[in-house]
Amino acid sequence: MAGDQAARDAVAQVARASYGRLVAWLAARSGDIATAEDALADALGRALETWPQGGVPEKPEAWLMTVARRRLIDHARRHRVRRETAATLVLLAEERNQATHAFPDDRLKLLFVCAHPAITSDLHTKLMLQTVLGLDAATIAAAFLEPPATLRQSLWRAKVKIRAAGIGFHVPEAAELPDRLAAVLEAIYAAYGTGWDDWAGLRAGLAGEAIWLARLLAELLPDEAEAHGLLALLLFIEARKPARRDGDGGFVPLSAQNTALWSVDMLAEAEASLHVAAALARPGRFQLEAAIQAVHADRRRTGRVDRDSIALLYEGLYATAPTTGVAVARAAAVGEARGTEAARALLGKLSPDAVATYQPYWVLRAHLGLDRADALARALALTADPAARGLLIERWGDG
Amino acid sequence: MQYMLLIYGNEAAMAASTVPQAEAYAPWIAYTKALKDAGVMVAGDALAPTATATTVRNHGGKRQVQDGPFAETKEQLGGYYLIDVAGLDAALDWAAKCPGAAYGSIEVRPVGMM
Repeated sequence: MAGDQAARDAVAQVARASYGRLVAWLAARSGDIATAEDALADALGRALETWPQGGVPEKPEAWLMTVARRRLIDHARRHRVRRETAATLVLLAEERNQATHAFPDDRLKLLFVCAHPAITSDLHTKLMLQTVLGLDAATIAAAFLEPPATLRQSLWRAKVKIRAAGIGFHVPEAAELPDRLAAVLEAIYAAYGTGWDDWAGLRAGLAGEAIWLARLLAELLPDEAEAHGLLALLLFIEARKPARRDGDGGFVPLSAQNTALWSVDMLAEAEASLHVAAALARPGRFQLEAAIQAVHADRRRTGRVDRDSIALLYEGLYATAPTTGVAVARAAAVGEARGTEAARALLGKLSPDAVATYQPYWVLRAHLGLDRADALARALALTADPAARGLLIERWGDG
Repeated sequence: MQYMLLIYGNEAAMAASTVPQAEAYAPWIAYTKALKDAGVMVAGDALAPTATATTVRNHGGKRQVQDGPFAETKEQLGGYYLIDVAGLDAALDWAAKCPGAAYGSIEVRPVGMM
C-alpha cells in the first residue's frame, strides 16, 4: 500500500512538473491540443495502473511521453487524419527511436498559440492556464467567476479552432514578434489580475500561477526586455501582498503599508529581473510599470518615496501607453511631485466620457478637493469593495 | 492546407466610386498574379452584385426561392480566393495583402476538414 501511495505521488509530481512540456511537445507535432491532452491523460492513467506494481520508471517524464505519443499515433490511424498531420506522425514515429530524456521544450510555441489573434483574447489566459499549467476548467472558472460548463465549452471550441483552422505551432518571425508577444504578456498579466481584487473571497486567485508563467516566459525569451519587465512588475506587486490588508481585513494603501511585511525575496527577484530588462535597452510598458513599483519599493530602504522619479516614469508610461488609467495615475503622480495645480491641469485634459465610470478618476478628484462631495459620491457608486469604501468614507466622508 | 478568403465590402460605396475601372482593377490583377507566382492560388473569382442573388431553401423537401442574398448585411460577399498554404498564419498574411482588406473585410476559412 505504501508503494501504491509512492507511485501515485510520483505520477502527481511528474504531472505537475511536466504537464505543459508534454502537452506542448505533443500538440506541436499533431497541431491538436485537445488530442494531446487526451493522450497525456491516458498516459497518466496508465502510469497509475502500472507504476504501483512495476515501480516508478527511471525517467518518468520520458515514460509518459512514450505512452502518450503511442496514443496519439493510434488516434491518428483510427481517424484517418489529413495529409499534413499524417506527415507529422511519421516524424513522431521516427523520433521514437531517439533518446527521449531530453525532448525539446515547445512551451513557447504553445504560449503563442494560446494568445494567437485568431483566438478571442478573452480566452488567451484561460487556454494558457489549462494547457501550459494543466489547471482544470473548474479551477479556472472559479478564478474568472464563470460557470465551469460554459468555460469548458469555450475552451473546447477554441481547441477545435486551433486544430481545424491550422494555427501553426511556431514562434512568430521577428516582424510579428512585438505584437504577438504583447498578447502573451497581456494574457499572463490578466491571470495575475484574477487574484488582485479578491475582496469578497469569491475567487481562488491565480497570482502564483501568473508569476510562474511570467518566469517561464522570461526564461524562454531571455532577450525580450518586456518579458523580464512583466515578471518584475508582478513580483513587486506580489511582494506587498502581506501588507495590503490590516488585521480587520481593511485595505491599506501603498503609502501606509508597513514595509517590514513586504517579501524581501520577491523584491530581490523583482529588482534582478528589472536589471536584466534594463540591460537589454528596449524600454516598454511593463518595464516602466515595474520601475514605478521599484521606486515605491525603495521606501523600505530609504524611508521616503521619490515622488519626482515616479512622476517622470508615469510621463514615460503615458507616452508608451496613453490609456485612461495611465492618464489618471500620471495626474496623481504629478500632483504628488509638483502640487495640486499641475494635477488639475492634467485632469482637465481628459474627455468626460472616458472617465465617467472610471473610479480612480473620481477618487483622485476627491483627493485633490475638486468638487469633493460630488466626486466622493461618484467614487463610492463605483466601489464594490467594502474595505475600499470604508477607506473613502473615512478620508473624505465628512467633507 | 486550403483556405478560402471571402471578400466582403460595401457594394453601394463601391458602386458610387468614381475611380476609373482600369485603375480599380489594377491592384486585384497584381494581387492575383502574386498569388499565382507564389504557387498558392487554387481558384478565385469576383461575384456579381447581391442584387443578382437568389436564395434557395429546400427545408423538408419544400422548395422555397427568394430574391436577394441570404442575409442583409452592411458588407456583402463580393468575391473569393481559394489558396493552398502551410497554415493559418500564412493565410492571414495573404488576406491582409488582399486589396479588399484595405476597405472591407476578408473572412479566412479553412476548407472542409474537421
